[in-house]
Amino acid sequence: MSEAIRTKPLPATRTGSAAASVTPAPEASRISLRAGEEALAALSSALDLGLPTQPKTSESKNGRMALWLGPDEWLIIDQNGADLMALCATVSAPHSATDVSHRNTAIIISGPGAADAINGGCPLDLSLKSFPVGACTRTLLAKIEIVLYRSSEDTFRVECWRSFAPYALGMLAEGAMDASA
Amino acid sequence: MLLIHCPYCQEERPETEFRHGGEAHIARPTNIADISDEEFEAYFFIRSNEKGVTFERWRHAHGCGRFFNAARHTVTDKFIKVYKAGEPKPTLAELGLESGESQ
Repeated sequence: MSEAIRTKPLPATRTGSAAASVTPAPEASRISLRAGEEALAALSSALDLGLPTQPKTSESKNGRMALWLGPDEWLIIDQNGADLMALCATVSAPHSATDVSHRNTAIIISGPGAADAINGGCPLDLSLKSFPVGACTRTLLAKIEIVLYRSSEDTFRVECWRSFAPYALGMLAEGAMDASA
Repeated sequence: MLLIHCPYCQEERPETEFRHGGEAHIARPTNIADISDEEFEAYFFIRSNEKGVTFERWRHAHGCGRFFNAARHTVTDKFIKVYKAGEPKPTLAELGLESGESQ
């Protein structure tokens, strides 16, 4: 009898260059959250995290992040694997929460050349002035859609869909080599 | 690459994040079952395709995901104004143009 084995989207090895390391992120739970203004307060208290309402901003607390994607759309990531769906289920105000823990995977790019490595495939201005620590957005990395989040001055998190992860990793590793040149 | 200002993200973003959504301010008739074939053709198929200032829908598909409207000049490709969906169509005077300047 054969047994089904869940394979990880990416091998957990570090690639990149001296200027920018490229490392698959540990597993996390995630939800795609859509809600109107009337549900924000209840959702924020259920998730114990204020949902940001300004473009390109995020909130972060104890390993849980709320990333603003659109005027009524957030990506919630919990690095401790908390059951976010159960937390949202306690809210009666109308909202939509979809578990995307296994749809997405993440890659961490870190080092003095991290922004340059990402800019190899992403035309956004990643200077600290226009993309400060805590900034996040949905954007493009070469041919795929990603969610980009800056966790510190020289560390970024790239969230992409699982099936695109090898492509994203390849693009970022290539960018990291260019960033060090 | 063009930079397009998204009225929801409130900043200029690269053109590749956007999708064109056809001509703006086309209202679907409320009595769609009653109108004649000619009226339906005019609503459904006929577009103005102007040379000069044109009003279009755009979607920030790889960003906030929102549809918005833009006044764009089809000769210079310049975005004259972007505004949120649902806001009224600006007049040429509001865009800072004389009527003769629209081409």
